[in-house]
Amino acid sequence: MYQGRLQLRALTRRFGAATAVDAVGLDIPAGQFVGVIGRSGAGKSTLLRLINRLIEPTEGQVLFGETDITALKGKALRDWRRACAMIFQQFNLVDRLDVLTNVLVGRLADRGFFPSMAMQFSDNDRADAIAALDRLDLVGQTLQRAGTLSGGQQQRVAIARALMQRPRLMLADEPIASLDPGNATKVMEALRQINEDDGLTVIVNLHTLDTAREYCDRIVAMREGRVMFDGAAQHLTDKVVRDIYGSDGLDDFSEVVTSTKVKISA
Amino acid sequence: MTLTETRPGSTLPETPDAAEAAFRARRRRAKLNTGLVTGMLVVLIAVTAHLGDFFKMVQVTLDDGSRDWRWIVLAGLPRLGEFIALTLPSISFESFAADIVEWFWRWQVWLRLLIETVLIAFMATTFGVVGGFLLSFPAARNLAPNAWVLWLSRRYLEIARTVPELVWALIFVFCFGVGPMAGVLAVGLHSAGALGKLYSEVNENIDMRPLEGVRAAGGTWADQIRYGAVPQVLPNIISYTLLRFEINVRASSIIGYVGAGGLGQEIRTALSFQEYTDLSALFVIIFVTVIVIDYASEKVRHRVIGMEADR
Ligand SMILES: Nc1ncnc2c1ncn2[C@@H]1O[C@H](COP(=O)(O)OP(=O)(O)O)[C@@H](O)[C@H]1O
Ligand SMILES: [Mg+2]
Repeated sequence: MYQGRLQLRALTRRFGAATAVDAVGLDIPAGQFVGVIGRSGAGKSTLLRLINRLIEPTEGQVLFGETDITALKGKALRDWRRACAMIFQQFNLVDRLDVLTNVLVGRLADRGFFPSMAMQFSDNDRADAIAALDRLDLVGQTLQRAGTLSGGQQQRVAIARALMQRPRLMLADEPIASLDPGNATKVMEALRQINEDDGLTVIVNLHTLDTAREYCDRIVAMREGRVMFDGAAQHLTDKVVRDIYGSDGLDDFSEVVTSTKVKISA
Repeated sequence: MTLTETRPGSTLPETPDAAEAAFRARRRRAKLNTGLVTGMLVVLIAVTAHLGDFFKMVQVTLDDGSRDWRWIVLAGLPRLGEFIALTLPSISFESFAADIVEWFWRWQVWLRLLIETVLIAFMATTFGVVGGFLLSFPAARNLAPNAWVLWLSRRYLEIARTVPELVWALIFVFCFGVGPMAGVLAVGLHSAGALGKLYSEVNENIDMRPLEGVRAAGGTWADQIRYGAVPQVLPNIISYTLLRFEINVRASSIIGYVGAGGLGQEIRTALSFQEYTDLSALFVIIFVTVIVIDYASEKVRHRVIGMEADR
């Protein structure tokens, strides 16, 4: 499968006077597992949304391979969104629909207007959806309403939906922030597996440093919209962390407040 | 952060006494506001009553033939009694069955018109639901694709519901002639406006995250609505729709007055021929029908809500 290099060039987004993302330049080769860290309000979510164009940039460019993502419109833009699947902190599933339909939403970009409105999917799509659910150990919940699942299960349904998009890139915005340590580990392991088995690029916003260290090839640290650190986990020293979070901000971001540590003792 | 942190314009009380005082001050303000609003309402009602001739004195003829001045309400009330007495059929115990048959003497015509009335209401509700439902999404602030579409669909719904059914019926009778078609269009258009407004308010209170999920998966605007919004609002829509059907049965039973089909035409005939007992018979028919439909739709509504809860 063709995998492209993702490039951000001086990517900027302002909300009124505030600059949420400030001239960010990043070059991410295919297949990397990138963790984005930073205190709340640093611009992590905005950065991910700029990449899949849920938010429009004020300035700068996003390139994927040879394609200028920032210039896409209409169907091409929807195809791009489908190509870079997004996982959200609050899962963003449709609570009232069953798990299977939620996963099938990943195929909507392929469907015409009428089959889509009638919630008609092909046998092939349905088989793929069940395979994706099986991969995430959720086949037993196929016909359950998404809203009745636990948080961890919901996030795995969201990952199954993302896989249905046949993505080339996986974006995850604090995917484990609302989960308990056990479920957080399952979700991070699923992302790692997708990264290793399918060779997908994964960009994940994290609020815990130890998770970033454990899973990510590369860590990007942001502060006030700017990239303050970009490199391998072992180069992220205490001094760098203090720079990123500020001396008073360190309380927000203690290594002790971990989310996936449980796995190590278990 | 300390306890004495302040925001502009408000100070958090530091001691129990201060808190108590602040609480009393707030109570005083609340009382003052209540008093002001009550006073304004009283004045408003008094003015309205005056304009509406509620305080007028009128001349009445007494039993002995002399005339006297009376307060309008006291003068008019006995006439209500007179009217009701006029509409009441004479039913005696001995000839009970015959009297009832006599009272409902036109039952064959009325039955046909009753069925027509319910069918008008049914079709009009269907049109209203389809129109209101489709427009409720572009007419919701959070869902409209752009400001233009929002403005247009909101104005359309406003016009449709501001004009009363009876006026729409007059217009459509003029366009399409006398008959139930004008009635269906009139009641349908008005209820599309009313339902569209209600539905769009439901739409404005939904959780937007599922829609964002669909959008992030490459879904179109229509996909976001179909998968993200519709499942959230469906129970409310069903509930409002059944309520509207009840309202539409009532509306359909009057629009015949201007020739738009249904029982209303009989009300007009009865009034113009001064067949007052027919009026009470028609009233009984409409009353019973509405009660039956109220009851049935309440059952269905609870069924739907129950089904929702079970899932
Ligand atoms: N839709 C928006 N409107 C206005 N300001 C926004 C909006 N989205 C984000 N911001 C601002 O941009 C900054 C970065 O936010 P965000 O990207 O959510 O940070 P993070 O995900 O790192 O917590 C914050 O100051 C936030 O208030
Ligand atoms: Mg965020």
